[in-house]
Amino acid sequence: MPVPTLPIENPAASVASPSGYAIEFDDVSIAFDEKVVLQNISFHLEHGETKAIFGVAGSGKSTLLKLAIGLLRPDSGRIFVLGEEVTRMSEQELFDLRRRVGIVFQESALFDSLKVYENVAFRLMEEHISGEEIERRVREVLHFVELERTYDMRPSELSGGMRRRVAIARAIITEPEVLLYDSPTGGLDPVTSNTIVELIMKQRDVYKTSALLVTHRLQDAFTMATHQFDKATNQMVALPKGQFCEVQMSFLILRDAKVIFDGDAHQLATSRDEYIREYIS
Amino acid sequence: MAFELELISPIEVAKDVVLAVQEYTLLSFQSLANFFRRPLYMADMVQQADLIGVGSLPIVILTGLSVGALLALNAASTLQRFGSVTLIGQLVSLGMVTELGPLITGLMVAGRNASGMASELGSMIVTEQIDAMRALGTDPTKKLITPRIGATGFMLFFLTIIADLLGLIGGYGVAHLLFGVDTNQYWTSVWQILVFRDVFTGLIKPVLFGFIISTVGCYYGMSTKGGTQGVGRSTTQAVVAASVLILIVDFFVTKLIFAIFGYR
Repeated sequence: MPVPTLPIENPAASVASPSGYAIEFDDVSIAFDEKVVLQNISFHLEHGETKAIFGVAGSGKSTLLKLAIGLLRPDSGRIFVLGEEVTRMSEQELFDLRRRVGIVFQESALFDSLKVYENVAFRLMEEHISGEEIERRVREVLHFVELERTYDMRPSELSGGMRRRVAIARAIITEPEVLLYDSPTGGLDPVTSNTIVELIMKQRDVYKTSALLVTHRLQDAFTMATHQFDKATNQMVALPKGQFCEVQMSFLILRDAKVIFDGDAHQLATSRDEYIREYIS
Repeated sequence: MAFELELISPIEVAKDVVLAVQEYTLLSFQSLANFFRRPLYMADMVQQADLIGVGSLPIVILTGLSVGALLALNAASTLQRFGSVTLIGQLVSLGMVTELGPLITGLMVAGRNASGMASELGSMIVTEQIDAMRALGTDPTKKLITPRIGATGFMLFFLTIIADLLGLIGGYGVAHLLFGVDTNQYWTSVWQILVFRDVFTGLIKPVLFGFIISTVGCYYGMSTKGGTQGVGRSTTQAVVAASVLILIVDFFVTKLIFAIFGYR
């Protein structure tokens, strides 16, 4: 299994074939009101890989996800998702591509005027799938996130953790090829955070979905790198010390609008960069 | 403590205004074009029609009756001096059908629904629900704006007819009960004074006002910035802008129709 390396060490990474990766950023820059948020960002996400993205608040982590799904347009550079160049697509073409990508927003972004099942089934309803099929799939996916009892509830009746789980259910109901998680554990207590991490791990290990995971909690990403989801017991289990999960897991750190690290857990743990050492300590 | 007043360049203000007009125009055209593109969200349109039409009915009934009665009361005090109180019906009829019916209904619905649309869509913007909708592969202009434009134009047309009718009934109440105008005489004069031009003017205006209310409300909602405070700001701006636009458009439409059909 190829291990992603630091782009600085491997300049070829930035000119790799666009269709070879689930997501590829090629020299992407964006600024808001003359404030540069991301500058010359290049990285790629392999099919089946999960990449955790770190950075302090305001470092452009969420912007990066919104760029990937075409909700924002970069000032320069190219972005490829599932072999298609997002940066050249019209909004109408993007609607079709987005059906193959799932996203979980920072604050869940559930439609508060709709019930849980309507939120989860939103995309299926838009595709005019039959009522029975929708109900079956909604119940199935709510079972996956262990929230069957919330079927008829409104988002305002749910706790923060439950809302994130519903948002995950909404994102995965169409079995997307790529998942984008924007701080799925942000603002949650450790126990609930663990439940969310377990859920993301379950999606990763059971369905092998490629994913970008934006987080400010390093421990979540390390848990994902050192644990694996066990289908038999329906819970995550720790891997023996020194062994990492079967599914490719990598880390990307943003600082001052640039990528300062892109590599695996071992490379991160042994990095000599002062900032990174301070960040992971 | 020193306060610093930031001076904004007039060129920047002008640029912002031009940009806002450009964005509003684009949004309006795109939303209108959506009527000819699939999918057309009929269920959402019916839901909005219920919210806008049925929801606004009490306020339209009340204002229609009041305005008709007030129009009759004011007209009667002048007409009495010339012994022409029997002409009340004509004055109320012309005033309500061509001008006050559409205008009052438009302003009432603007106050109620332009603000509602701006706050609803504005809240969806600040809570990333609009982004979520786009991310789920649904065009928010198709799903949220086009149904509101269709529903507002359609319902305002019928609300105006109801307001006109109630205005005439309010006028009749005052004319008959306070000034002793005969029922037959009142309703005959109401009917006879109206020509095609008057009815056409009175029915074309609500469709235009409905378009203004919905597009302005949606535009301010969709361009909300700055959290909950921004939602409040958008709501206020939407009502003010929609009301002012209605008054301006009302003047020019009346002038245009006079130019086309000629003065009485």
